[in-house]
Amino acid sequence: MEIKKTVIAGTLESSDIQITLSPATGDNLEIELESDVLNQFGNQIKKVITETLQKFQITKVHVKAIDQGALDCVIRARTITAVQRALGQTEPAWEEL
Amino acid sequence: MKNSIGVELPDNLMNQYHYQPFITTKFDYPEISRVAPVVRINTNQSKVVDSLDDLIKENVKDGMTISFHHHLREGDQIFNYVMQAIINLGIKDLTLAPSSLTNVMNEMVIKAIKAGTITNITSSGMRGTLGKAVSRGLLKNPVIFRSHGGRARAIATGKIKIDVAFLGVPNSDEMGNANGMNGEAVFGSMGYALIDARYANRVVLLTDNLVDYPNTPASINQTQVDYVVKVDQVGDPTKIGSGATRFTKDPKELQIAQMINEVIVHSPYFKEGFSFQTGSGGAALAVTRYLRQAMLKRKIKSSFALGGITNSTIELLNEGLVNKIMDVQDFDQIAATSMRDNKNQQEIDASWYADPFNKGAMVTKLDVVILSALQVDTSFNVNVLSGSDGIIRGAIGGHQDAATAKLTIISAPLTRGRIATIVPKMTSITTPGASVDVVVTEYGIAINPQRRDLISYISKIPDIPLYSINELAEKAVDIVGEAQLPEYFNRPVGLVEYRDGTLIDVINQVKI
Repeated sequence: MEIKKTVIAGTLESSDIQITLSPATGDNLEIELESDVLNQFGNQIKKVITETLQKFQITKVHVKAIDQGALDCVIRARTITAVQRALGQTEPAWEEL
Repeated sequence: MKNSIGVELPDNLMNQYHYQPFITTKFDYPEISRVAPVVRINTNQSKVVDSLDDLIKENVKDGMTISFHHHLREGDQIFNYVMQAIINLGIKDLTLAPSSLTNVMNEMVIKAIKAGTITNITSSGMRGTLGKAVSRGLLKNPVIFRSHGGRARAIATGKIKIDVAFLGVPNSDEMGNANGMNGEAVFGSMGYALIDARYANRVVLLTDNLVDYPNTPASINQTQVDYVVKVDQVGDPTKIGSGATRFTKDPKELQIAQMINEVIVHSPYFKEGFSFQTGSGGAALAVTRYLRQAMLKRKIKSSFALGGITNSTIELLNEGLVNKIMDVQDFDQIAATSMRDNKNQQEIDASWYADPFNKGAMVTKLDVVILSALQVDTSFNVNVLSGSDGIIRGAIGGHQDAATAKLTIISAPLTRGRIATIVPKMTSITTPGASVDVVVTEYGIAINPQRRDLISYISKIPDIPLYSINELAEKAVDIVGEAQLPEYFNRPVGLVEYRDGTLIDVINQVKI
């Protein structure tokens, strides 16, 4: 599945992450990550975003993530919200939580 | 070669710098020799000179060691002014030996390194862009990090030989009698600068406030000073220190402060005449407030407060809860001006404060100290120099020195954002666990198992969860996850001395 519009979830407050999904330029998941803890947790943040997108079978999207030290649960929650907004889903995807 | 806390120290480095490995926090009674400065006899009627450039040309030569103090903190306007003049004159290969480096100096230091003006640095620490640049290998030779007491020792024993000291002062007369208490750029105690004034071969005072001769009280006096230079402004008063250091409203810090207070008042050291040092961290400052209540309630007075002073300590002095303040530096305007007005607030130099190799420093009489940490490891070692990414972003200050107190409490949030503070392995070691007694986090506290005697006192405190340091480290990783450790090149960019001049750690160049 691919994302065809641009959506945002999350804020720039500390311990939050802002996820912006937009149509991909290529054929894959593209993750552009800014983080204060890039060196310590960059791979982990990308992994959580990727896994969450995979649960929704999203294979083609551009992700811009601006992280302010969010924990994994926050990253997952913001990513799910962004995907649901992009797909126009209003009911919580309980099985993904 | 390994030191006693298991740090591998490269042999070639140990030989090149004539280092011994760190072994212990305890000393016997060794004899050492103090060095004496070169004195150029001066019978002039005035030492005021007009041209800083001429003075530098005459006194600063390639390869020399120059020093500055950091009492003007982020308001300092002396360092950049003097360094720019030295760079302009094309002088090379200097060793920079300030008491510490503040952010306002960073760009000038980087510029001087790139120009070849500075090729060696020794400092209490460094932060921001300079810390980052040095961590990435900007400087060819490793920076030597020393505590305030360690610097006093190194200067007194000739390990640091200061050729020219450039000291900014808020007042001076034409002969060089000066103090830190009067004028626009008042900063109070000039405890760190007093060592430079005593041991440097040439002492240059820079002031924006020439006063009538003779100027008293004279913390630095005319027998020590070669030149007095008039400048437009020594420092920006709004950036030297805040008006009054504010109390934290952060619930996490208040929680930590409350627990620290409980630990102190339940310890055997909280009795009439006890002494303490709190520093300027958010939680440490709040402790002073809780301690005040406990002192009033138990009718206990403190004999002295030590170290860096803030208005909260001054309040205790004015209330009669503290008999004396032994003051090596002041962090706010209230503390700085109070020293002028209160004879019970004694200015002390860095040696009197913390030098391990004199005939008795104040820290040896210290009962309780609260210190901060960037990281604490599961052996109670503390890092205040480098971040979890391996980049230098702090200063030793008096950490190693004050940690020799009878009760050393480390105030450390379990996590800062996503960064764990209590970790299995730190990015560098500053203060050995042997001198650390209790670690207090917002989740609970850990007592150094070497201090079994404290457990019986502290376990009595209701509502304070007691953990092992390993449990705290596990709790931290449960919350934030496993952080990737930094990767390093095999190239030292920092040598961390213990206060006695042995080598406690080596910081290598990071691969980021």
